[in-house]
This record gives sequence, C-alpha cells and structure tokens, in this order.
Amino acid sequence: MTMKAVLASTALSLFVGVAAHAQETIDHAKAHEEFEKFRAEMEDSNPAELFALKGQELWHAKRGPKNVSLHETCDLGLGIGKLEGAYVHMPRYFKDADAVMDAERRIVWCMVEKQGFKFEDIAKKPFMGANDTQAPDITNLVTYIAEKSRNMKFAVDLKDPKVREIYEIGKEIVNYRAGPFDFACNTCHGTDGRRIRMQNLPNLAKPEGAAKGVLGWPGYRMTGGVMLTHQWRMNDCFRQQRFPEPKYASDLITALLTYMTANANGVVYKGPGIKR
Amino acid sequence: MKKFYLFALAFVPSLVLAEALADGVIRAKALQIIKRDFMPRGQAGIDRLAEDGVQAICNRTGNKPPQEIAKVLEADQMATIKWPADGKLMGDWKRGEQIAQSGRGFTWSDQPGLPVGGNCYNCHQIGPQELAYGTVGPSLLHFGKLRGYGPDMQKYVFAKIYNAKAFNLCSEMPRFGRIGALTEQQIKDLVALLLDPESPVNK
Ligand code: HEC
Ligand code: HEC
Repeated sequence: MTMKAVLASTALSLFVGVAAHAQETIDHAKAHEEFEKFRAEMEDSNPAELFALKGQELWHAKRGPKNVSLHETCDLGLGIGKLEGAYVHMPRYFKDADAVMDAERRIVWCMVEKQGFKFEDIAKKPFMGANDTQAPDITNLVTYIAEKSRNMKFAVDLKDPKVREIYEIGKEIVNYRAGPFDFACNTCHGTDGRRIRMQNLPNLAKPEGAAKGVLGWPGYRMTGGVMLTHQWRMNDCFRQQRFPEPKYASDLITALLTYMTANANGVVYKGPGIKR
Repeated sequence: MKKFYLFALAFVPSLVLAEALADGVIRAKALQIIKRDFMPRGQAGIDRLAEDGVQAICNRTGNKPPQEIAKVLEADQMATIKWPADGKLMGDWKRGEQIAQSGRGFTWSDQPGLPVGGNCYNCHQIGPQELAYGTVGPSLLHFGKLRGYGPDMQKYVFAKIYNAKAFNLCSEMPRFGRIGALTEQQIKDLVALLLDPESPVNK
C-alpha cells in the first residue's frame, strides 16, 4: 500500500459525497463524467490494493482446523502454488470437485476441503456490507487472486464439454423471465445501449458488453466504500430482478459467470477495479 | 396456468403449440438449477420462480411467440383488467409524477406492505425536467401532445399500465395492475401524468 493509495482512498470518500449529492440534483451526466475522470486518475493507486494485500497474507497463512495454507494446498487449475493467469482461466472444470467453478467458488472449496472451514460459516456473510470496516476473508482472497491475472486475456475453455454445458445453461438462465415484474437478466442486459436511469446496462451477449460485465470485478465500490466480488454483483442483480436470493457459490452463479466470462474471451483483464 | 394452455389449445394448431412448449435437455437442466439454487429472502419467496402462462410461452419462444398463440393470450391478459367503476380514468398528474419517480418495491430488501413505486423513469423518459431516465422503453415525453387526449387514448394508457401484456404478450414492461403493484387510483394518476394537457409531459 503506497502513500498515494492512502491519499487516494481519502480523496475517494470526499468524492463519493460530492458525487452522491450531484446525482440527486440535475447534473447526472456531469457526475458520470467526473467519475470516469476520477477513475482514470486512480488507475494505479486503486483502493482494491489494500484488499489484495490482505488476501495475499491470508493465502500464505496456515489457517483453519487443518492448519494449512492455501498456497501449499489449493490448485486453481494451473497447479498448486501457480496463481498467475488462474483467474482469467476460470470458470473451469475441476476434477477433484467434479464441478465447473468460478474463482470465488473454487477458493471457498479449497477453504472447506483443504483448510477444514465450514461452508455454512463462509456462506453466512459472504459479502462486505455498507457498515463493515473489513471485507470477508473470501473477498480479500479473490481480490488477490484476480490481481495475479492483471493484463492477461480471458480464456474460458469452451472446448471442455463440461464448461460448454454450464455455459449453455447460463445462456438459458439469463433469458428466464419470472417473478412479479416478469424480468429476466436480458430484460435489462439483452440489448445494446440500454440504461436504467443513468446507469448503462451492458449487453452481456456481445463481446463488448460481456467485457463490461466482467472487467473491474472484483471492484471497490465508491458508494459505501466497499470491496465487492463478481458473485455479489450477481446476487444484487437478482435482487433487482425481484427474484429470491441465489445461493452463494452455487451452480446457478457459476453458470452466469461462465456465460459472461466466456463471451468476453480474448479481452485483456485489467485487474480489480473501481465501481461507482 | 394450466387453464391458459387449455384455452390456447382450442385455437392453436397443436403441433405449433407442442413445439413452442418442448423443453430441450439444456433448458431442463437450467430449470433444475433454478429450482435448487435459490433461497427465499424477505418477501421474495421461491414461488416467484414459477412461470405463469405468459412467462412460460415467452421463455420458450425467445419472446417471439407464434402470432396465433400471442393473440389468444393477449386477449386473456386484456380480460384481467379491472376498469374503474366510476368510469373516470384521469387522476392527478402531480401524484403521478411521484409514482413514476419511485423505484421501490418487491425486492427482498423492500419492506413488504409499503407502497410499490411505478419504476417508470427506470425505463422511460417522461417529464422534461427529469434527465436521469432509462431507455429500456420508448420515450413518453409529449405523449398526449403527440397521441391525443381523447377517451380512447385514456383507455389505452390505463390498460397498458394495468397490463402491458394485453397489447404485446412478451413486453418487457411489468403488469402493474394485474400483479397488484399499483392501485386503480395510482394508475389513474399516471394516466394523468401522460395525458393531462397541464402535465409538464405535454408542455
Ligand atoms: C431490473 C434491471 C436489472 C436486471 C433484471 C439485471 N440487472 Fe444487471 N445491472 C443492472 C444495473 C442497474 C446495474 C448497474 C450498472 C452500473 O452500476 O453501472 C447492473 C450491473 C450488472 C453487471 C456489472 C456491470 C459493470 O459495469 O460492472 C453485470 C455483470 C450484470 N448486471 C449482470 C446481470 C445478470 C447476470 C443478471 C441476471 C441474473 C442481471 N444483471 C439482471 C440492472 C439489472
Ligand atoms: C422494465 C421496463 C419498463 C418499466 C418499468 C415501465 N415500462 Fe412502459 N414500456 C416498456 C417497454 C419496453 C415498452 C414498449 C414495448 C411495449 O409496448 O410493450 C413500454 C411501453 C409503454 C407505453 C406505450 C407506449 C406507446 O407508444 O404506445 C406506455 C404508455 C408506458 N410504457 C407507460 C409506462 C408507465 C406509466 C410506467 C410506470 C408505471 C412504465 N411504462 C414502466 C418498458 C417499461
């Protein structure tokens, strides 16, 4: 954590106040522009660094009832201890678990199977809340792992039949309309150039839209000052869809993340980001 | 839901219908996962995942149902509309504007029982003063000025808000009256927002 990053997070909280106020008044477009400018300036002193650093510590520490480190036990698909590029190759099929898993789910699996943590304990509060001063361990860990794939291309292996199948299932799920408002993911994300209020909605079916959907996750969210993962985004979109809550680290979420990430294959991942 | 199918069957060549309703392997697996991987939270129960007749058809035809099916089911949806007993369709545009602004309602973080908002600005441009509007639906600015203020137009707008699927079976717009999100009075207020010549929408 550099001094610059510390300053950045202070500046950030000031900015959030201003942005929030601006958004209540007329000048939304302006606030959006300011935010983009601010994000560009923060690019190399991203508050996500803080969380990645904690994640690095956690990754190497001997923890859990079995007192082992993830570093010496957890295979993210490229071999134990190999982290570079692991994030952009997930979701992928893991033989030991006989399941396709996204990065967050895979780390949870390792925490449970290798370190002996209880899944229920992790799933009880998997995401950082607005009043929390600290992110859950799993968020820090995902941020660290994601950081290790910075500047690499997304490369989900659709030639693997198991990955292909969950991809196709994801494609079904984004089209599934139900609930009181008859919404599907694609009600909001199935067409180019749509907005809900001032928020741009990426078209997840197209490479450019899918790229917007996956870049910058996990992300530091300025509103509330919280570090959030891609799983969180799925959770909150289902909320907006007026659906019940998706189970944490489930096939349901993996299917959506597989669909989106594979549609973004070939796009260069820029590392954990900043979100409005 | 069964009723819809039976009703539809009477009018539609059964082959077309069978094809529209057939579930592929992938879809069946997706449904299984949807059934298994959600949990109820707040007011959002698991029952929300079940498809009603309209959703089932739209989901299985990529929102492009065969015309014969669409016509029958749209008529069904039209029949759900409860018209005001007093015959009046125009409320107060000022209240309508507030309802259009509110995006509240029906999520697991909303308190059940509180009034639901119209969410209209999430998807539509409406009043000229509100620049933070969504673009999922068409612009409704100058709606009355462009489309007319007469009784038929009032009826159309009331019905469209009450049940958008009566006109376009797989419309992305929710069925606000049908699902009990908006009351009769609230829908009248929204009709006035779009059709009162005094409403800023028509200035
Ligand atoms: C009712 C509207 C709505 C529905 C339904 C919806 N979303 Fe979203 N989605 C949004 C909004 C609003 C945002 C926030 C955009 C922003 O902050 O710029 C968003 C953001 C996202 C993002 C992040 C985009 C980014 O820039 O980082 C992804 C990915 C996403 N949604 C996927 C989904 C998926 C998958 C589903 C279905 C499970 C879904 N959404 C359902 C409205 C919706
Ligand atoms: C989730 C998106 C969404 C929301 C929320 C929504 N609409 Fe719509 N609306 C649409 C779409 C899409 C269309 C065009 C397709 C159609 O006619 O079904 C539409 C069409 C309309 C039309 C018909 C326009 C015409 O040219 O005939 C009216 C009137 C309308 N909406 C009013 C409203 C009002 C009032 C509200 C709030 C109570 C509302 N809508 C909320 C998406 C939405």
